[in-house]
Amino acid sequence: MTARRHHPAARYLVVLLGLLLVGFGYALVTGVGEASAAPGGAAQNQGQIAQGRVIFLAVCASCHGVLAQGVPGVAPSLIGVGSAAVDFQVSTGRMPSREPVEENPRKPVLLHPWQIRALAAYIASLGGGPAIPSAAQVSQSGAHVGLGEQLFVTDCAQCHNFQGAGGALTYGKYAPPLTASTPKQIYEAMLTGPEAMPVFNNTTITPQQKRDIIAYIVQTRNEPNPGGFSLGRVGPVTEGLVVFLGLLLFMVFAALWITARHGKAHE
Amino acid sequence: MTTSRAIAGTGNWLDERFRGAKGMRTFFRKIFPDHWTFLLGEIALYSFVILLLSGTFLALWFKPSMTEIVYHGSYIKFHNMRMSEAYASTLNISFDVRGGLLVRQIHHWAADLFVGAILAHMLRIFFTGAYRKPREVNWLIGVTLLTLALIEGLFGYSLPDDLLSGAGLRITQGVLQSVPIVGTYASFFLFGGQYPGQLIIPRMYIMHVLLIPGLFLALIGAHLFIMFHQKHTQVPGKGRTNTNVVGAPMYPYFMAKTGAFFLFTFAAVAIAATFVQINPIWIYGPYNPIAISSGSQPDFYMGFLEGSLRIMPAWQWVVFGHTFAFNVFGPALLIPGFIFTSAAVWPFIEQWITGDKREHHVIERPRNAPTRTALGMAMVAFYGVLWLEGANDVLSQHLDVSLYTITEIARWSIFVVPIITYIITKRICLGLQHKDQHLLEHGVETGIIVQRPSGEFVEITRPLSEEARAKIVRPEPLALPSGAEEPVPPPAMRRTVGRVKARLNKVLAESVPMNGHGNGAHPDGEHAAIGPGDGGDS
Amino acid sequence: MSDSPAGRWPGDDQTADDQTADGAPRRVVGTPPPGRSLLGDGAADVPAAPPRELPSDPEDLPSAKRAERVVAACFMVAFLAGLAFIVAYFVFPVHTLDGVARSNLGLGLSMSLVFLGLAAGTTIWVRRLMPDVELTEARKPLRSSEEDRAAFEQTFEEGADASQFVKRPLIRRTLIAASLPALAAPILLLRDLGPLPRKDLTFTVWRPGLRLLKADANTPVTPGSFSSPGSMITVVPDGYQDKFDALAKAAVIIIKFAPGQVEYTNADHPVPGKVVANWTVDNIVAYSKICTHVGCPAALYEQTTHHILCPCHQSTFDATRGAAVIFGPATRPLPQLPMTVDAKGFLVARHDFTEPVGPSYWERP
Repeated sequence: MTARRHHPAARYLVVLLGLLLVGFGYALVTGVGEASAAPGGAAQNQGQIAQGRVIFLAVCASCHGVLAQGVPGVAPSLIGVGSAAVDFQVSTGRMPSREPVEENPRKPVLLHPWQIRALAAYIASLGGGPAIPSAAQVSQSGAHVGLGEQLFVTDCAQCHNFQGAGGALTYGKYAPPLTASTPKQIYEAMLTGPEAMPVFNNTTITPQQKRDIIAYIVQTRNEPNPGGFSLGRVGPVTEGLVVFLGLLLFMVFAALWITARHGKAHE
Repeated sequence: MTTSRAIAGTGNWLDERFRGAKGMRTFFRKIFPDHWTFLLGEIALYSFVILLLSGTFLALWFKPSMTEIVYHGSYIKFHNMRMSEAYASTLNISFDVRGGLLVRQIHHWAADLFVGAILAHMLRIFFTGAYRKPREVNWLIGVTLLTLALIEGLFGYSLPDDLLSGAGLRITQGVLQSVPIVGTYASFFLFGGQYPGQLIIPRMYIMHVLLIPGLFLALIGAHLFIMFHQKHTQVPGKGRTNTNVVGAPMYPYFMAKTGAFFLFTFAAVAIAATFVQINPIWIYGPYNPIAISSGSQPDFYMGFLEGSLRIMPAWQWVVFGHTFAFNVFGPALLIPGFIFTSAAVWPFIEQWITGDKREHHVIERPRNAPTRTALGMAMVAFYGVLWLEGANDVLSQHLDVSLYTITEIARWSIFVVPIITYIITKRICLGLQHKDQHLLEHGVETGIIVQRPSGEFVEITRPLSEEARAKIVRPEPLALPSGAEEPVPPPAMRRTVGRVKARLNKVLAESVPMNGHGNGAHPDGEHAAIGPGDGGDS
Repeated sequence: MSDSPAGRWPGDDQTADDQTADGAPRRVVGTPPPGRSLLGDGAADVPAAPPRELPSDPEDLPSAKRAERVVAACFMVAFLAGLAFIVAYFVFPVHTLDGVARSNLGLGLSMSLVFLGLAAGTTIWVRRLMPDVELTEARKPLRSSEEDRAAFEQTFEEGADASQFVKRPLIRRTLIAASLPALAAPILLLRDLGPLPRKDLTFTVWRPGLRLLKADANTPVTPGSFSSPGSMITVVPDGYQDKFDALAKAAVIIIKFAPGQVEYTNADHPVPGKVVANWTVDNIVAYSKICTHVGCPAALYEQTTHHILCPCHQSTFDATRGAAVIFGPATRPLPQLPMTVDAKGFLVARHDFTEPVGPSYWERP
């Protein structure tokens, strides 16, 4: 096993092993079971926050500072960002960031859900901020998809494209596609305004309007393409490529076939 | 085989009224030269027929009205939403008319193919010199047809009043508005007031279904008639001269082949309409002037205009209290003006430079006119840079390149890339000509190597067959002498214009002479593999 | 078929050989006279058939037979696909997305096979079944012969003389004069296509006290509800929510900044590179959403760089410095909308923009 110690995944395995040991060890010692997401139970909350702090120190403090105060030029302060921001960043895999980039991409998630909840609770305890939405808050039953469409094209499509395919921003940033985002993550992103995205708090876009927008995004990305292959729904650019690489090429072959001299050898 | 009674009877009946026997016979016996590149124009013609048929179908359901209604159709996501009747009727065609979506997609794919085919056909005509006398008028008609096709397509995809095409319409209005002196008037007259107004879609509709198709029918008819009357050009080859046409007769050969090609065109469009979704307006949503999407592009044939708007630096001047918005009307009007005007006048410029006033019925292989081919490729490169810049945000997103960087690269490329393309293309043409000249003079290698008594190894070559020879030989020069090299040049040549003409004549005439004076093989049937006098150009 | 023995028109001087003068068929009774052989000996009686221009059959007959079967198969595929199209039309309902998908596939696939089958069959037919020919036709020079030209010239000149057009300049000139207004008339009839622009482009519908409503939701905004730095939302003027003509110029975005991010000026008019402090409320700044390039909504706001990016042609504006242009083809900053709060605490406009919004135009003051 030590022969593989320089493997890039090794550091993650070590961290995971350490976390698991600490977590289980702590659980054994304090007698606290799997942390629940429900608020209430001060003793439970404190336990979760403490767990979160351990995870934070192991995974996040190297960039965000031991007190989550941020390191200028490296990572922002996390005081006041709220549990919603933590849940969004970590559950989409954006955090922990692997290397300094213009924009942190979605990547495979490192932490378990209970670890994410603990981490979120800890950060929330530092300075408050928007909370993780409940299941009811992101439920799409009764949503007005039509209003969601209008809100989406007015305030979201200019970055994320008509149906959430994403788009280019400046200096290497981009608005990511919304194809893989869960309703909770979409809600949290609107609420917290990650990276370059503006903040749409609950008084700017109300929770009901957020649900309408989420319903529109989910329905649109799930709906079938009745006209055939959608070419990624990119639009006229890919349609133009099909004209030249598909239609015209087909016609050229047809023309070659029709005009070929049957059986005559060519010099 | 005797003709069936029905056909003979009909023929007789018509002949008694129209005296058609001689004319129909001439028509049936008309010879059509055969080459696959001659079918590119037919793609455009048959796409046009498909557009007429599918467009008539769509017109039976489409409502060209900007009146807002509340939607209650089958696309549930938009229930109870307000939208224009134009948009709602397009949703209706797509989801509530059987075959509606198929015909909509056929119409749009056929429109894209129509323009693409016109471009391919135009390039073929240009690169083979088929626009030369006596076909200059047909070339002008063709350039006009291309311009009309672009406008027709723009109007066509803007009719459904969706968010994507509506954004394009706003851009069109902003461009129109920026034109000096008349811009605001033109914009208010076209839209019937402020943008967007209530009139633009009905107006575009009548231009799209009546006025422009009428012009198309007239111009396409003239285009075909001229081609018919002057007879089609032919590819150089054995037995093909400037005073004959060699090929197969119209009846039954050409009719069958062109019929098959029409069926292939329809098949291609039908396959695309079945398997590849195009213009899904329900994804874009109804138009709203306060909304926009990233990655908004017009249909591909407008891409070069979009690119020219994006590439332009922010150059605007205020002159005597008036705003000269060069950053807008420069790219939107001057660039297409430049491209289409230079295309239109090129046959006449070339005639002036080369002094060539003969009839040309045999086309030139592109390599045999190196300067012309290089200029054409430079123009294609210019167009191509603008085209790519039009998709810069899509490229940025999918190729992971910074957005501004693409534009900055394009701003330099628009000058550098055409120049490099010209140089490279010319070199390639001259190189291919050298290769042909080599073939003519030294013959084709047979791969048989023999040893001479003196010990050296030689490869036997054989002369080209007559057919192959006829294809390669180019007995006439590209340009007549301008008179500038004579001991006493004519007076016209001594003025500045004359000197410019002489210079251009020289450049345009650059070519490797290929009059086939070599007999194709050395007298003793052998050719030294290594030895003096071998290799390179001669 | 066309000549009926029964009917004969007066003046018709065609007399067929086997008809008498009154139209009755001539009957031959008995042995035919010599010299007229019923069976014929070929050359004398029957005119020589003109030589064939086209061969009647292809050279390789066995290959042609095979090809014929292939062609027939292609046409049969087309036939069956045509039937399938008719069936598909009735079998696949629309009105749902899945239904439309199935119908499109069914109708489209069958239609494609019809055309492909016919196209492939016809192509093989031409190539394999029709005999190869290469014929030559002469081209005449396109220039007319000298005689034709001279004759045309004469006809043209005689006609011109006869028309008196050249000889009587008074007619000519008055005719031209008469047609000039007639030619101008169609152009004149187009005058009512639209109103004159006058000052319409200079102003928008914003006026003092008009509330800013969040677009689509159509609810007013208080500074307290729009208090998170980095927020951005589109707003429209109250009373014009559905009026596209007004919205196409009056759409506005409001952005909330943290203290210290914005470069303010105390002037009461736009200053390049600065935000007019008097027109903002609580570090909330309002800019026209209509790009000054060609009028797309410039809505892409990057919270971290404070850049407003227009997605159409990538014009970029710095929101902390009065929407000054930092990249792209736009030449002027986005106009700032003067804001204040009304008695109820909602954001309202102080007055209209102090410069025209949207794309440039010739008469722009």
